[in-house]
Amino acid sequence: MTEIPLIGEVAAAAIAPLAGARIGVVTFPGTLDDRDAARAVRLAGAEAVSLWHADTELADVDAVVIPGGFSYGDYLRAGAIARFAPLMGKIVDAANSEAKLPVLGICNGFQILTESHLLPGSMVKNDHLKFICRDQVLRVENANTAWTADYTQGQEITVPLKNQDGQYIADEKTLDALEAEGRVVFRYVGFNPNGSRRDIAGISNAAGNVVGLMPHPEHAVEAGFGPEQDGGHSVDGLGFFTSVLTQIVGGK
Amino acid sequence: MPRIVVDVMPKPEILDPQGKAIVGALPRLGFTDFVSVRQGKRFELEVEGEVTDEILAKARDAAETLLSNPVIEDVVNVQVVEA
Amino acid sequence: MTQETTAKFNIDTVAHAAGTPEVELPWAELGLKQNEFEEIVKLLGRRPTGAELAMYSVMWSEHCSYKSSKNHLRQFGQKVTEEMKKDMLVGIGENAGVTNLGDGWAVTFKIESHNSPSFVEPYQGAATGIGGIVRDIISMGARPVAVMDPLRFGEIDHPDTARVMHGAVAGIGGYGNSLGLPNIGGEMVFDAVYQGNPLVNALAVGVMRHEDIRLANASGKGNKVVLFGARTGGDGIGGASVLASESFDDTKPSKRPAVQVGDPFAEKVLIECCLELFKHSLVEGIQDLGAAGISCATSELASNGDGGMQVELTSVLLRDPTLTPGEILMSESQERMMAVVTPENVEAFEAVMEKWAVEYSWLGEVTDTGRLIITWDGEVIVDVDPKTVAHDGPVYDRPYARPSWQDALQADTFTGSVQDAGRPATSGELAAAVTELVASPNMCDKSWITKQYDRYVGGNTAMAFPDDAGVVRVDEETGLGVALSTDANGRYTYLDPYQGAQLALAEAYRNVATGGAVPMAVSDCLNFGSPEDPDVMWQLAESIRGLSDACMELGVPVTGGNVSLYNQTGTTPIHPSPVVAVLGKLDDVARRTPSGWREDGQAIYLLGTTAAELDGSEWSKLRGHLGGLPPRVDLAAERTLGEILINASRDGMVDAAHDLSEGGLAAALVESSLRYNVGARIGLGEVAERDGVDLFTLLFSESQARAIVSVPRSEEVRFNDMCTARGFAHARIGVVDSASGALEINGVDALPLDALREAHEGTLPKYFG
Repeated sequence: MTEIPLIGEVAAAAIAPLAGARIGVVTFPGTLDDRDAARAVRLAGAEAVSLWHADTELADVDAVVIPGGFSYGDYLRAGAIARFAPLMGKIVDAANSEAKLPVLGICNGFQILTESHLLPGSMVKNDHLKFICRDQVLRVENANTAWTADYTQGQEITVPLKNQDGQYIADEKTLDALEAEGRVVFRYVGFNPNGSRRDIAGISNAAGNVVGLMPHPEHAVEAGFGPEQDGGHSVDGLGFFTSVLTQIVGGK
Repeated sequence: MPRIVVDVMPKPEILDPQGKAIVGALPRLGFTDFVSVRQGKRFELEVEGEVTDEILAKARDAAETLLSNPVIEDVVNVQVVEA
Repeated sequence: MTQETTAKFNIDTVAHAAGTPEVELPWAELGLKQNEFEEIVKLLGRRPTGAELAMYSVMWSEHCSYKSSKNHLRQFGQKVTEEMKKDMLVGIGENAGVTNLGDGWAVTFKIESHNSPSFVEPYQGAATGIGGIVRDIISMGARPVAVMDPLRFGEIDHPDTARVMHGAVAGIGGYGNSLGLPNIGGEMVFDAVYQGNPLVNALAVGVMRHEDIRLANASGKGNKVVLFGARTGGDGIGGASVLASESFDDTKPSKRPAVQVGDPFAEKVLIECCLELFKHSLVEGIQDLGAAGISCATSELASNGDGGMQVELTSVLLRDPTLTPGEILMSESQERMMAVVTPENVEAFEAVMEKWAVEYSWLGEVTDTGRLIITWDGEVIVDVDPKTVAHDGPVYDRPYARPSWQDALQADTFTGSVQDAGRPATSGELAAAVTELVASPNMCDKSWITKQYDRYVGGNTAMAFPDDAGVVRVDEETGLGVALSTDANGRYTYLDPYQGAQLALAEAYRNVATGGAVPMAVSDCLNFGSPEDPDVMWQLAESIRGLSDACMELGVPVTGGNVSLYNQTGTTPIHPSPVVAVLGKLDDVARRTPSGWREDGQAIYLLGTTAAELDGSEWSKLRGHLGGLPPRVDLAAERTLGEILINASRDGMVDAAHDLSEGGLAAALVESSLRYNVGARIGLGEVAERDGVDLFTLLFSESQARAIVSVPRSEEVRFNDMCTARGFAHARIGVVDSASGALEINGVDALPLDALREAHEGTLPKYFG
């Protein structure tokens, strides 16, 4: 069974009230999982702030989630058009700044992050060419990023995976560097659903504040609605959102 | 109106799953002479008036910045085609 | 034909038409019959213009006007009690029906077909099928929340089936996933009768608050009419009147391919855009554009409202500037909506369009003339009474008669037939038979299909395939939700159309109740052959009669639906396939009942009685036989069974429930075991004796009004008492056994779950990769 700290525990540990923690969730035309991401943020105990792709200012948020979907229909390439949105410029700046804004890219969000070059590599079509939706087991390879601190190294979690263009590729040099620098954050366990190199499901930037992954933690946050597991449902995804909350509240 | 054609292909080292599926399907239809297929994209950019060197350069720039993803794709052709 | 060209050339105006009665028009090419053309001339008092002819030809097509079925469909509106109307907020006649869920919530749902296009171009046909039904839901003012896809293709090993299968599933997934709509269930049936006429039906369900309900009418003289969404191109020109009204016959010259191409991104943007319009009450009426495009939208909006509308057709934004006025009116370009907006709201409306980068154009306004006037550069090219186009089209009383072969068919029972020889009897033979059944194409695991669909998006899917109903949460605070199931059986309906239609309703009703939800409303998609064939017309008439009778007896009203006719190749029609969707309500989705048992030692009960009813069964299909009479319908028993399952779910008396239908008890036992990979020990001797049937019959018969449930020991007494109080047959047939790793049925060799799973899950990948 996975160890996800109860929301109550996190609240008890914090000195400052959680009500101050604001996590932005970006919506592009075609974004689909923004409402789910917002729900995950709320369930973790923070305030979800709606961000519009055309906004020119980041609304004073403590972290940003770029959710899944088919921004701009995945036209041209998934994420290729969204990365040029006015708000993305602000997000890139904030992520690279001293403040190291935590940014989480989920699925299409991950694709947008690679197109923006905040993360290396790229996604191409699944090797079997079809859309696949399955409950996927992942191994946490790096529990030190802003988004994975509440997990432990080597922990296995189950979250849904659902995409058509989820095959992560990069040249050998890049892949070796990612491994060497500990920037592989999640790996597929038991079954590689799309042909991703080195079974990589998610990676981070060097500073660890920007994380991108293809699977969907926001769909494993509520009992009764997540992947079926051991007579119940997996809420393994909550850890992403409580991790960043801990970081925000802890004033790191 | 003149058009600028831009061809984008996956980099040679990138495995092209769509190309692979296509080369597998061709023999089933009786085409047995093709050993490999790679699938790319062709863009047609229309210009009002003449295509100057400057405009052609801009097309190349657009090809590198937006029409292709340099991590996985190469721009293999940028060419003017008369309308 | 008068040359229809753009504004720079000659346009067939009303004035011109009035002055040139001798001009020949291609009404036959456009799918109209002689008598229909003459009726149009009579209505107008002159020959129609080219544009008017185009409008009438698409709107009076079978697909749009329901001319062959209208007479019979009335029964759905007639056989309705006051009790049934209680929760119906919007009934038949609108884009989709709306049912009251309580707490200020309403739900709208509908099922539709996109059959012919899916044969021609499976991906786009299926994709635009989803697109179309979702737009119907949006136009009622709802946020769409889920889709379902009942599919019927040819034999699994026929080469063309793979073509249709790959394309259709990819199209449904491609479009539905891109809209952010979870797919919560569907059906997959393989049968040779659908080889040249695959059935792709699509269901969409949406939710709204009562005050959000919108209707498709244009009221308020002076209100503006706007067309927004995708640009208009040459998609599907003639599709409505051409494809759906005629069959595929290689001796006739093929009609112009008219498949629409969808853009799900455009529709997703349209959804968000419309929801914002509704939130700020910026539209008075709204209509989606589906079959017959602008012809339909304008004539229906005008017809439903104050009666008049004025439209300047050159205002329509075109993707293809060479389209003639008639083509623009017939175009079925996707992702378009038409709305009526008050002058005060125009600016705010435009602001929403700008925000979402949706194109729009103001076409005209609502008038009080009772006429639909369409101009081209100011010249009148259409001047009609919109009611004659949209509602008062031709209605045919097609002749029908019980087919001459029906008696012989019904006399040809499976039992004792040559195909019944060597009926399994030994424990080994029975085990092999069970395995064969669950591996068969219609009974096998459908993951190959369902894993191409997103079931999670929205975060409100409480239950989906392979359980009996799809369940979606509506209210995050209270857990209020809806449950849906779609069902049909073409084989039963072929044997007896009246019973077959009732059986489809019974099964969908039972599936919803099995999930723990109270059935509330029905939507039907009637897929039949040519209404010009008296045999088929009889099947249609009987099915509608049966379905409407059953709806009244079960107290669930039809709130909307669809008819798809001419599903035949040459003179061979498909089996009559009325697909019935039932929607139910769950007070708290947390209480929904899954279909598999988990807890070791729980008691397994069989509810209902079994008779020797193998005609039309899956077993008989495996043996190549179709004849006799379908299983007997007992709607009173279905009602009681439903009550038992709903109460049991609510009060925690059962941990699992699975209804029996195709494949009978054998299939249900295997499915419930494989669901969570937990075996069971089953003894059927007592039940066999009680019902007077042998073990084979008990396992493979498809008697109705039955279910199996898994009851915690602590609840057994209560459960038994509840069944007894209702006088409903119930028998303890075994226990859940998590240690054995097998399904053990007395008299049948033990069935290890691994082997069953391999057989069950191996079939679709074997044929489709």
